[in-house]
Amino acid sequence: MKELLLLFLSAAIINNFLLTRFLGHCPFLGVSKEVGTSFGMGIATTFVMVMSGIVTWLLNHYVLVPYGLEYLQTIVFILTIATLVQFVEMVLKKHIPALHRALGIYLPLITTNCAVLGLAVMAVRESYTFIETVVFALGGGVGFSLALLLMAGIREDLRETDMPEAFRGAGVALITAGIMAMAFMGFAGF
Amino acid sequence: MSLIAVPLAVMGGLGLVFGLGLAFASRKFAVDVDSRISEIIDILPGINCGACGSAGCAAFAEDVVAGKQRTSGCVPGGEKVAQMVASIMGVAGDPAAERKVAQVMCLGDYEHAKLRSRYDGLMDCRAAAGASGGPKGCTYGCIRLGSCERVCPFGAIKLNSQGIPVVDESICTGCNKCVEVCPRNIIELRPVSMGVHVRCRSIERGVEVKKWCSIGCIGCMRCVKACPYDAIHVIDNLARVDYDKCTNCGKCVEVCPVNVIVNQGKRIVIREGQDASLIQ
Repeated sequence: MKELLLLFLSAAIINNFLLTRFLGHCPFLGVSKEVGTSFGMGIATTFVMVMSGIVTWLLNHYVLVPYGLEYLQTIVFILTIATLVQFVEMVLKKHIPALHRALGIYLPLITTNCAVLGLAVMAVRESYTFIETVVFALGGGVGFSLALLLMAGIREDLRETDMPEAFRGAGVALITAGIMAMAFMGFAGF
Repeated sequence: MSLIAVPLAVMGGLGLVFGLGLAFASRKFAVDVDSRISEIIDILPGINCGACGSAGCAAFAEDVVAGKQRTSGCVPGGEKVAQMVASIMGVAGDPAAERKVAQVMCLGDYEHAKLRSRYDGLMDCRAAAGASGGPKGCTYGCIRLGSCERVCPFGAIKLNSQGIPVVDESICTGCNKCVEVCPRNIIELRPVSMGVHVRCRSIERGVEVKKWCSIGCIGCMRCVKACPYDAIHVIDNLARVDYDKCTNCGKCVEVCPVNVIVNQGKRIVIREGQDASLIQ
């Protein structure tokens, strides 16, 4: 139990996907303008991460490994993720159309979010058990949402701030991301 | 053999399973989109001005299909778009309300209106209005920094050489953007057939108006007495035209001592119950 908790915290904070491993920065900059939409994006990405973690683990252990097809991991994982993203998009379009409109192009782009693929690949590389993979995916998703929300909160304040024209928009967002990454690296202790 | 067949079978099988799963999900989570919505969006001007009352063109199209908006609701689209929307909806369509155009209710240009201070800030009317009421002596009049000119999506408003905005009524669609942006509320939408306007918004007493501006309404009541149709009244020291009664006859314009009432020379409109013989 203690190991699982540590694994969760490690995935969520110490080895945060966005700020320590630098995976999945497209939505980090793209959907972090408002807290509301970034919360939705965080939930959607967490869902896709957990689901793809589960499905890819099952596929890897019961299909790829028995047939000696480990070399197909990347393509099978991408196929899985793409399918899940399509599924999430359909559900959102049906049940939360406002969020679907707000996320726009960034929703289908979860497909190519390397944090999701990275999670599946890492879970295999670290030979996590099924439970460990689920916790790892959940931690990764929560960490992703946390970083996204922090970023959105900061950017909402920055928008009202008087700053030189040259820094506005993407410039200050990238600087903020850099400083946040440094802060998160502090958790690793070096 | 199995070196090729097994991976092919696995990949093919996975693809098939995922494909079927998605096909099932798309059936289950299908959203009925009325094709009329996208057809209406295509013919709308697409400037998302919001003059119809809906939140943008797409929302207007949805509201029309849902029956919450009239087919003639699109203000910039006018008669043409109203007819096309009605034909998409398969209804006869209601006649579009008379087109409204923006009218600028201030004549206080550099020549006639005095300044009380210099303004060196951001060249935007709203910013200037926020800086203790702007540079102009009259705090009701045009600030002359052209926020309306910049916000107009159609280029229908231009500042003249004296800094006062002039509306090109043939281009203006009545989208309301300039009305919203003006911090002094001196732009108003008026029916395009109406051509007599009191171009002043100051509700100060005549003495106070005169102090800063030689072309502002002083509330002298002469126009009220001259009007044959009871279509102009002085309320709070400011003459106001009742556009439901005004006939464009221009009697008030002739008697105005400060020339703040302007006659654009539009066609005389005699309404039901009005006596045409009152104006020769």
